[in-house]
Amino acid sequence: MTIVAASRVSPRRGGTGVRWLIGRLGGLLFVLWAAATLTFFALRLIPGDPAEALLGGPGSQASDEALAAAREEYGLNQPLWMQYLAQMGRYLLLDFGTSYSLREPVSSVIAEQFPGTLLLASLALALAWVLAITVAVWSARSGRIAGALGSALEVVAVALPHFWLATSLVLLFSTTLGWLPPISGRSPSGLVLPVITLAIPLAGFLGQVMRESLLNALSSPFAQSARTRGETATGVIWRHGLRHAALPAIGLSGWAFGTLVSGAVVVETVFARPGLGRTLLSAVQARDIPLVTGTVLVVALAYSLVTTLTDVLDRIADPRLRTEANA
Amino acid sequence: MKRPSVVETAPVVVLAFFVVSAVAPNLIAPGDPLAIDPLASFQAPSAGHPLGTDESGRDILTRIVHGAAPSLLIGVLATAIGVGLGLVLGIVGGLGPRWLDTTSTRFVEVLFAFPGLLLALLFIAIAGPGPVTSTIAVGLATAPGYARLVRSQVLSVRRSGYVEAALVLGHGWWRRLLRHILPNVTATLFVLVTLGVGQSIVWASSLSYLGLGVSPPAAEWGAMLNSGRTYVASFWWMTFFPGLAIVLSAAATTLLGRSLQSRVRSS
Repeated sequence: MTIVAASRVSPRRGGTGVRWLIGRLGGLLFVLWAAATLTFFALRLIPGDPAEALLGGPGSQASDEALAAAREEYGLNQPLWMQYLAQMGRYLLLDFGTSYSLREPVSSVIAEQFPGTLLLASLALALAWVLAITVAVWSARSGRIAGALGSALEVVAVALPHFWLATSLVLLFSTTLGWLPPISGRSPSGLVLPVITLAIPLAGFLGQVMRESLLNALSSPFAQSARTRGETATGVIWRHGLRHAALPAIGLSGWAFGTLVSGAVVVETVFARPGLGRTLLSAVQARDIPLVTGTVLVVALAYSLVTTLTDVLDRIADPRLRTEANA
Repeated sequence: MKRPSVVETAPVVVLAFFVVSAVAPNLIAPGDPLAIDPLASFQAPSAGHPLGTDESGRDILTRIVHGAAPSLLIGVLATAIGVGLGLVLGIVGGLGPRWLDTTSTRFVEVLFAFPGLLLALLFIAIAGPGPVTSTIAVGLATAPGYARLVRSQVLSVRRSGYVEAALVLGHGWWRRLLRHILPNVTATLFVLVTLGVGQSIVWASSLSYLGLGVSPPAAEWGAMLNSGRTYVASFWWMTFFPGLAIVLSAAATTLLGRSLQSRVRSS
């Protein structure tokens, strides 16, 4: 009984590096296939005519010609399994159909909008890391009161909704002080407020994780031994503690990337910044199904790739994950 | 029993205020949250209107107090949906036969591929916007997280001595689930729910803010922010105060969850 239970705790992992990687990539492909399948069937659950749904629902009053064209394009006259196979074939070629609201192929809309969102998310992730490390180190160095203060800051930061943070920053830095533009556009100065908006809640979250593991690291034997060897407090934190504390936070960076892309929906809307998030929101509002599913699937693809990458990095950074027992 | 600290009491006080607002709003703000007064539109905070008025002259404080019920209710319902789905998936995974565990784990993995609000947005695109669909959408988006936690909790309880003892004594599957496993999962789950309500409130109000949930002029915090969006540069109080209500309630539930967590851990 115990053995059976224990074997279930570490499911289908094991093996050495290459085998692990192959298994991980297999899992990635499975998730992507299943996500695509899920969206295919979810679409068929919409009551009414699927051709109409693809063109924006019953309210869209699509013409008979448009409906016929949509039926032709998506093969809606064919049996379900053929539609499914055809859909999966098109997805493999990154063909997500045509957006009816933008009258453009979905893949070219995404190619146009993704780089801006990627830049925004990457900068926000970098800033969140800097903030999280700063708060973690500062509160680890300065004792209990600073620790409590740091912890309170983190809780508030995590609870800040993007839309409120964004509007408050606009009020402060654009309306009152006039330092930064309230509309992001494509200029570099317009990036500052969106990046800060996305970074602060994330920094709060990463900071909580980092501070806890930093404190654990600083009271562990290797930190003690570094101290007895005459290492300074700063040296122990930077050379030994942070390395250890960064591990769980690296693992979370994949997840963080996902929340940033999701947060971009709100932030790009508030700052009127072109990007994938804003495109997704207007697609949802217009019920532009091909654009919604295309965008969501591309984000899922990017997100799964990033989490796989962080898993690999985790394994490289932490030799303990590579031993048979933990594999 | 140690004396509760400020960090433990402050969230309770804040939440008590919002709960009273939700249950008996007229006790705190006796006005009508929908009553318009065109002559008093866009008034800055003053003695008569402590938090100002909106574009139709409705009192913001009254609207925030009356908005507590829908805003909190949506957050709680969404969490209930998320936890309910998470419990089913997690228990099926943690207790079922191996193939069922693999299936449900894989299913949860697939849901995890849609980060944050994406699953909710996909659901709304399919089911259409509105208060009901946005609540379900938030519940759906939070379900995979709960499922994973419930599963790991069930697995660790399942391997413990008292469950094995119950098995040896010949107790049936249901009895083991209801008498031994569920009660030991609930303490952790209760903490998670408290932590999760804050997040659900924020997500649900985000959807309302984006115009996909409750729509103005209803007195709901996200919807109030949505209608204040147009005027943010000139009339800051229209967005600042409803947002503050969201931040306070979310932070308070998170802090409450934290102190419950440390109590559960230390006991």
